[in-house]
Amino acid sequence: MADNMFNLRIITPERVFYEGEAQMVEFNTTEGEIGVYPGHIPLTVIVKPGILRIHEKDGERIAALHSGFAEILPDAISILAEIVEWPDEIDEKRANEALARAKDRLKNRYENLDVARAETALQRAMARINVLK
Amino acid sequence: MASMRDIKRRKTSIQGTQQITKAMKLVSTVKLQRARAAAEKSQYYFDSMFRTVNSILSRVGHIEHRYLIPGESERKAVVVITSNRGLAGGYNSNVVKLITRNDAFKKEDLDIYTIGNKGREAFARYGYTIREDMPEVIEDPLYSEVNALTDRLLKSFEAGEIGEIYLAYTFFKNTVSQEPRLIKLLPVEAEEEDEASAVMNFEPEDVDAIDMIIPKYISSLIYGGLKEAIASENGARMQAMDNATSNAEEMIDKLSLQYNRARQGSITQELTEIIAGSEAIG
Repeated sequence: MADNMFNLRIITPERVFYEGEAQMVEFNTTEGEIGVYPGHIPLTVIVKPGILRIHEKDGERIAALHSGFAEILPDAISILAEIVEWPDEIDEKRANEALARAKDRLKNRYENLDVARAETALQRAMARINVLK
Repeated sequence: MASMRDIKRRKTSIQGTQQITKAMKLVSTVKLQRARAAAEKSQYYFDSMFRTVNSILSRVGHIEHRYLIPGESERKAVVVITSNRGLAGGYNSNVVKLITRNDAFKKEDLDIYTIGNKGREAFARYGYTIREDMPEVIEDPLYSEVNALTDRLLKSFEAGEIGEIYLAYTFFKNTVSQEPRLIKLLPVEAEEEDEASAVMNFEPEDVDAIDMIIPKYISSLIYGGLKEAIASENGARMQAMDNATSNAEEMIDKLSLQYNRARQGSITQELTEIIAGSEAIG
C-alpha cells in the first residue's frame, strides 16, 4: 500500500456500498464540506446530504450521500451511511419532483410544516441532481 | 382392532400431511439461506455503529443527557418482533414469554409495538395495550420503515409518555439454535471502554453528536433485530417441519405394520370360514 492512500469503507444497513483504496475523499458534513487526506487526526463527523467524491488512484467516483456519519482514522475511513446512491441508481424524474415539492413547501410555509424535514428533502434532492450533472 | 379401511384412510391422511411438512421444510431452508446472507451483510454496519456509540459514550462519561437517563414515566415501550405465520415450533411463544413472564414488566405499564401478527394475537389475548402493529415489515424489512418507527418511539419518549424502550427479538445463533433476547434501547447504557478509543475527536461536540447518533443507533438495533429474527423464524420453522416429517414417517411405519397385520388377520379368518363351511357340507 502506498503511503498516500487509505482504506475507505462505505457501509449501509443493507450492503457494503464501497470498499477500496482512495487518495482523498470529499463529502458534506454538519460543519461544512470537508476533504480528507490520509493521516487525518481521528475524527467522527455527522453527514449532511451532498456529493461524495472518492478520489481513487486512477480517477474519481461520485455518489449522492444523504445521511449517516463518518469515522475518520489516519489510515482508514468508515462511512456509515443510511442512504447513499451511485449516479445510475438515482431516479432523475423523482429527484426533480421532490425538489419542486420541497421548494414549494418552504416558499409557501404551509400550516404544520416540518421545516427541518422539508429542508432535508430539499438538500437530498439537490444532492441527487448535482451528482447526475 | 381398527378395520383395514380405517387404517388405510389414516395412513393416506398422514402421508398427505407429511408431503406438506416436507415441502414447508424445503421452502424454509431456502428462505433461511437468504435471510442468513442478508443478516450477515448488515452485520458490518451494526458492529461499526455499536463501536462508535460506545466510544462516544465512554468519552462523555455520565452527563445529563435526555437519552442517557430514564424518563420520569413509569410506562415502558416494548418493540416485539415475531412472525406473521405459525408452524414454527416455539419461536413466537418464546419471544412473548420474555415479556409476559418478566417480573420487571407490569401489564398496565406497557406499550407494545408489535412487528408480526403472531405477537399481536398473543398480546391481545393476554390483554396488553398494543400501541402499534406493523405486520408487513417482516415480509420485506426496509430501513426507512424502521427509521419512521424510531422517530415515533423517540417522540413518545420525549413527550414523557414512556420512560424506557425495549426490544424483544430472537437472536440467530445457528441453524439449530435460536435465542429469544430482550435488550434495552433507551436510555442507552454505556459500557466501560478501554483507553484506546479515547483519542477520537468529534465534530460537532459530544452532546450534539449524541443527539444525532442515538436515533440512528436505535434504528440500527431494531433493523438488525429484524434481520436476525427473520433468519431465526425460518430456522425454527425448518426444524419444526423436520421433526414433523420424521414423526409422520414413524406413524406411517406403525400404521403400515398394523394394516398388514389386519390384512393377514382377515385372510386367515376367511380361510377358516371357508374350511369350516366345506367341512359342514362334506
